[in-house]
Amino acid sequence: MSDDGMIDARFKVDYSGFGLDVDLQIPGRGVTALFGESGSGKTTCLRCVAGLERANHGYLRVNGELWQDSAVGFFLPTHQRALGYVFQEASLFAHLTVRRNLEFGFKRIGGAAQRVKLAQAVELLGIDHLLERMPEHLSGGERQRVGIARALLTSPKLLLMDEPLAALDHKRKNEILPYLERLHDELDIPVLYVSHAPAEVARLADHLVLLAEGRAVASGPVSELMARLDLPLAQSDDAGVVVQAQVRAFNADYQLLSLGFAASELRIQVAHAPLPVGKQMRFKVQARDVSLALEKPAHSSILNVLPVTVVAEVAAQNSAHVLVQLDMQGTPLLARITRFSRDQLELKVGQALWAQVKSVAVLA
Amino acid sequence: MSLTSADFAAIWLTLQLASLTTVLLLVIGTPIAWWLARTRSRLKGPVAAVVALPLVLPPTVIGFYLLITLGPHGFIGQLTQSLGLGILPFSFAGLVVGSVFYSMPFVVQPIQNAFEAIGERPLEVAATLRASPLDTFFSVALPMARPGFLTAAILGFAHTIGEFGVVLMIGGNIPDKTRVVSVQIFDHVEAMEYAQAHWLAGGMLVFSFVILLVLQAKGRTKAVVR
Repeated sequence: MSDDGMIDARFKVDYSGFGLDVDLQIPGRGVTALFGESGSGKTTCLRCVAGLERANHGYLRVNGELWQDSAVGFFLPTHQRALGYVFQEASLFAHLTVRRNLEFGFKRIGGAAQRVKLAQAVELLGIDHLLERMPEHLSGGERQRVGIARALLTSPKLLLMDEPLAALDHKRKNEILPYLERLHDELDIPVLYVSHAPAEVARLADHLVLLAEGRAVASGPVSELMARLDLPLAQSDDAGVVVQAQVRAFNADYQLLSLGFAASELRIQVAHAPLPVGKQMRFKVQARDVSLALEKPAHSSILNVLPVTVVAEVAAQNSAHVLVQLDMQGTPLLARITRFSRDQLELKVGQALWAQVKSVAVLA
Repeated sequence: MSLTSADFAAIWLTLQLASLTTVLLLVIGTPIAWWLARTRSRLKGPVAAVVALPLVLPPTVIGFYLLITLGPHGFIGQLTQSLGLGILPFSFAGLVVGSVFYSMPFVVQPIQNAFEAIGERPLEVAATLRASPLDTFFSVALPMARPGFLTAAILGFAHTIGEFGVVLMIGGNIPDKTRVVSVQIFDHVEAMEYAQAHWLAGGMLVFSFVILLVLQAKGRTKAVVR
């Protein structure tokens, strides 16, 4: 495989009481989430990529550019790496106005490298009205938006984000998420996004790396990993699958959006505001919102009834439920049903069923 | 009865000494404070202790050792002689050297505290924004530590004005060269010129009070901002 379009990262760090030992191949585009509980090493991993932490054994190549190779004693200092870093707390320079915070990195990269322009970043993050203010007069959400714009203005080849929403309350999170989605859609900058919130990952990430106790447990596309029964994600309360889809039609009379999947001709319908036909988007189906039937229900208020086959099954954390992985003509789906229902239906691998999807959450 | 020309000469000399000492201390003390604030070296403890020595030592002890080191047979004395600078004791230059040692902790410690208060984060942020370590020092660390520098300058200046023991040991009492206000007051008292002594002593009292008042007010506004 060519070096270009990949992030190749191997780090071995030994601290007393904590070790990190990862070997990651991450796509050089889109958003990759480093996901795990606190203490799993995701922030340490991100700091190693930034060079803020120096792994004693490390190798890092970002889209063809070597940043570290401890085997030959090579270590590019942080300030020479073409990266942007968004910290959990915005960490704006308190002695500078918003404008001068934004210009700090921007003016240091030099004219030719300034691919992201000041006006563009300001517009993207909606911070036009804040430019002359001091950081202490901004709300937490505004501060974080300035922090993100400041990082973008270094025209990074890789954007690192360390739980940028974790220090914010629910309302502020929802204030920032749309901006992060725009970032994803409008700028072609690969992002490494550290998070422990499944909802953020479902909404933003294309690729997922699961970390536990300093090791990478799994790595792959979000839609694939979220559907895997052997990973802890499937056991969380809002387990479910993320599906990449395209707008096929909009029924103005009933205000229903019709979405098609990449892998098949199947469609689902969802009540939603109009979106242009052809728009790429993703939706999430929670495992608890999927029920199974042997025959296609003839009369039901449930809009989406899809043909599926059983792929695998595993016990849920509580003994009343089981998790069933289904295949929907190439697209995975998870269902959480009671063990009683499972026995009533006499589920077995390979069995053809009808899945009734009670609700669909359009993510972006 | 008011200040004589000898008094004015002493005041002028004192102000010169304190200003020069403060400037030198800001230049010398800043890297020391930066190193003390950031290092993980084992030498940190001993160096910090040496810097703090003047806080506890009698000024006569400092003056005594400075006199020996700077004198014709001392290590620095030999160096200054070989450089053609002569020897420093009983000169204005010697007084400056003595004052720099004597007032060192009053300048280094506030700056060190200010550097430590910045923490690691702003420096890491600057690195991710392409600032080299030197660039970061000047564009982030120095401006963020500004209140510490103000305190350091005020304390260094005031403390130099108030020194007596060290001056007497290595400077003596030479008009226009080493006779500072504190020594002049001593002379007046020796000569039973109490009225003269009152003018100078009272002036020092008011000066010191105002300095401390300013520092207090500064501390209070900082607390309010937080």
